Amino acid sequence: MKPLFKNLLATLSLCLPLLANAALDPALLQPLAGDDPDARVAAVARIAATGGSDARQVLQALLDDALVATPAGQVLIVRDDQAIDAATGKALPVPDGADGVVVNNRLRGAVQAALSGLALLAPARDERLAAVHSLQAQDADPAQAPLLRQALARETDTDIKAQLAQLVARADLESSDPATRLAAVTALADSGDAALRPQLQAMLTEEPDAALRAAAGATLRAIDGRVARNEVIGNLFYGVSLGSVLLLAALGLAITFGLMGIINMAHGELLMIGAYTTYVCQSLFRHYLPGAADWYLVAALPAAFLVAFAVGVVLERSVIRWLYGRPLETLLATWGISLMLMQAVRTVFGAQNVEVANPAWMSGGVTVLGSLVLPYNRIAIIVFAALVVAAVWLVLNRTRLGLFVRAVMQNRRMADCVGVPTGRIDMMTFGLGSGIAGLGGVALSQLGNVGPDLGQSYIVDSFMVVVLGGVGQLAGTVLGALGLGEINKFLEPVAGAVMAKICILVVIIVFIQRRPQGLFALKGRSVE
Amino acid sequence: MSNRRNFVSSLTRVAAGAALLASGLSAHAADTIKVGILHSLSGTMAISETSLKDVALMAIDEINAKGGVLGKKIEPVVVDPASNWPLFAEKARQLIAKDHVTAIFGCWTSVSRKSVLPVVKELNGLLYYPVQYEGEELEKNVFYTGAAPNQQAIPAVEYLMSKDGGAAKRFVLLGTDYVYPRTTNKILRAYLHSKGVKDADIKELYTPFGHADYQTIVADIKKFSAGGKTAVISTINGDSNVPFYKELGNAGLKATDVPVVAFSVGEEELRGVDTKPLIGHLAAWNYFESVKNPTNADFVKKWKAYAAAKRLPNAATAVTNDPMEATYVGIHMWAQAVEKAKSTDTDKVIAAMGGQSYKAPSGYTLVMDPTNHHLHKPVMIGEIKGDGQFSVVWKSKEAIRAQPWSPYIKGNEGKQNL
Repeated sequence: MKPLFKNLLATLSLCLPLLANAALDPALLQPLAGDDPDARVAAVARIAATGGSDARQVLQALLDDALVATPAGQVLIVRDDQAIDAATGKALPVPDGADGVVVNNRLRGAVQAALSGLALLAPARDERLAAVHSLQAQDADPAQAPLLRQALARETDTDIKAQLAQLVARADLESSDPATRLAAVTALADSGDAALRPQLQAMLTEEPDAALRAAAGATLRAIDGRVARNEVIGNLFYGVSLGSVLLLAALGLAITFGLMGIINMAHGELLMIGAYTTYVCQSLFRHYLPGAADWYLVAALPAAFLVAFAVGVVLERSVIRWLYGRPLETLLATWGISLMLMQAVRTVFGAQNVEVANPAWMSGGVTVLGSLVLPYNRIAIIVFAALVVAAVWLVLNRTRLGLFVRAVMQNRRMADCVGVPTGRIDMMTFGLGSGIAGLGGVALSQLGNVGPDLGQSYIVDSFMVVVLGGVGQLAGTVLGALGLGEINKFLEPVAGAVMAKICILVVIIVFIQRRPQGLFALKGRSVE
Repeated sequence: MSNRRNFVSSLTRVAAGAALLASGLSAHAADTIKVGILHSLSGTMAISETSLKDVALMAIDEINAKGGVLGKKIEPVVVDPASNWPLFAEKARQLIAKDHVTAIFGCWTSVSRKSVLPVVKELNGLLYYPVQYEGEELEKNVFYTGAAPNQQAIPAVEYLMSKDGGAAKRFVLLGTDYVYPRTTNKILRAYLHSKGVKDADIKELYTPFGHADYQTIVADIKKFSAGGKTAVISTINGDSNVPFYKELGNAGLKATDVPVVAFSVGEEELRGVDTKPLIGHLAAWNYFESVKNPTNADFVKKWKAYAAAKRLPNAATAVTNDPMEATYVGIHMWAQAVEKAKSTDTDKVIAAMGGQSYKAPSGYTLVMDPTNHHLHKPVMIGEIKGDGQFSVVWKSKEAIRAQPWSPYIKGNEGKQNL
């Protein structure tokens, strides 16, 4: 693919000034329908070299699986059951026996490279940026240099300009002129791209020019430094991200277990109910509001809170209120309830996992510091966790309900005496904890599986966080979750995922032995 | 004396009568031929195994509609071992000893098969195992209708190393931490060594069952791939695949940069995933729903109709997959073998199974190897499409004979003709 790509870029850079809009020659298209992989890749390069919007259309159709070939070798673009001849642009009915052109990764890579080459000079900034990113992901190639230089000269955006300059430098690394190489090596010192290491490493031994060798060494050290720093920042981010997932899973439990002393084994199923509510919202939006399908999450948040709240209230009224002050009995009763909830969901939705898709604005990620990608869904969940914690804190500390909750938890009888409706407060508190679990479920649905077993995988983690943080303490829960997340993410690269989990458990056992009450000392009903 | 003789003769008569009666009774009981279906319908494996139970019932219906075997209807006995490995052995014992089934169709994970093996051997039963596995096993009482490593894993790696597969030079072997991934990776590492790939260019990573946080692993893969053209060989099992693929998509690792080839992800597992970010990632199997041939068109149509008629959950999105095809082929071959043996006696059926052939939905005529009890199977590599189906980008010219004992594991040199 590499030499072909070279040809393509060379041709492109020659014909760029005259982007003619000529119809495509059917002979150019024909190899696409054939079986010969080399001919197909070559055809892509030749089609791209014509440079017109027709070429772009055909290549895009190829990427979208919208290109079909008739038995006679005619190549058509089929969209929405409407076929147009790729060569002439004429509309025609989809002929019998037409079959999709099979695209494999190699062909797809060639098409993407060709399209990014074409897009380097596109008028829209986003398109150019995407093209630059896509070229960054590919191997450096000296043949790119002229095209990239041309793009660099035209570029007005400083951000894209800087990235283009790096691409030019990368392509120049193998230039035959030592001065160009030296300039390239020096320019790359700003890069954090680990992909350059092998090339620079090779220069250290193969490069005849001593000054260049020294420069390559310096650049290599600079890149290594940046890569190492990125790694630490990456781990910090992953830790916070895992911590906020744990926090969302555990926050509801911090209220029902921490404040009320109920060992709620059905907590995981409340998370699951939140996740399934998200799924239902998504289905409703897809069905009734297909145009706004990406905004289902906005509706899912209140819906999940309310549904989980309602389930929590029903549980409290029907089972749990008879068991206050008997934690072991709540353990058994709620465990039974968790089994029933799981089976109910299995009956309604089936044992299969259901699909919850990230909305488009949560897919993908932002590239920072060269090689570190922070996925949007992770960032969104960190922000969301912070908002939920803030909301819970406000409710508990700044509202009348919160005041009553704290009063009942600290001294039920006294609260009763001064006229606090303790029964209703119990109900509301349990409902609040369940509702927050529902919100956690919305977040979890964006990361992992939504299935009847969802809750099971988080119940242990949730108890771990709450017990570690100190029962009944919001701040402890937050610190416990973030701490566990960070420890896990710094252990994992060293010890592997399996050992990291075991290590965490050992750390917790040791810690709980030292401080049985967790990070923060215990207050609330269970002290009594 | 004569009295005594009379007594003896009358005793003989009674005994003969009883025997006659007993044989009459058993003749009555054998109006149907019983087979056992041993798949988890609850627990973690229910997701994959439930459809195998259903497709087995469909195949039995189909055979019964044509008159059954030996002029008798097949009667399925369905049990649920609930993803609980010791329970698999118990249920197998119950099927053979109490229900007197003539064959068992079942198991998915290697550990469930390993639990059933001693029972099947002890009671001289028959097990048809329909899932690709790590090999290193060969039992007289078992017929393997899924793939051995040389019918899936090795060709997949060969493809990745080819020009069309991306000419990978470095490999990440990523799996769930249990016997199948570890054994497969041992074979693959030895194979890669034989192709001149050094240990420095192989990275082996494991995650626990149900792992959901793949941030570090994806970052690791990304870092590793900076050192050269990299491919990931995934033996992640179960629904951990979903968070893994989501993370891959969001971290921007595209199939054109770092292709991931999976050995346990099929159409059924992708039903719960948004596949748009996964376009181009690969799976290696012996069958895909998207395979185009009349037998498969018929098979897929029959399955969808069956799912709708039986109101199976999610019938609207019913898909077929490789282990379903293997189950289907297994049952039909068993029926053919019983017809050929003119008996359901285990030893006679085993003898008749060797050399059985069946025109499978994959489009190939599959043959049961008489020596190693594995099917000769074609290998296909599929790329994930946006609609959760696979487009077949490579397939072997013909069905490949299984090598249950991998030549890449030390000590197996003498077992290559099996």
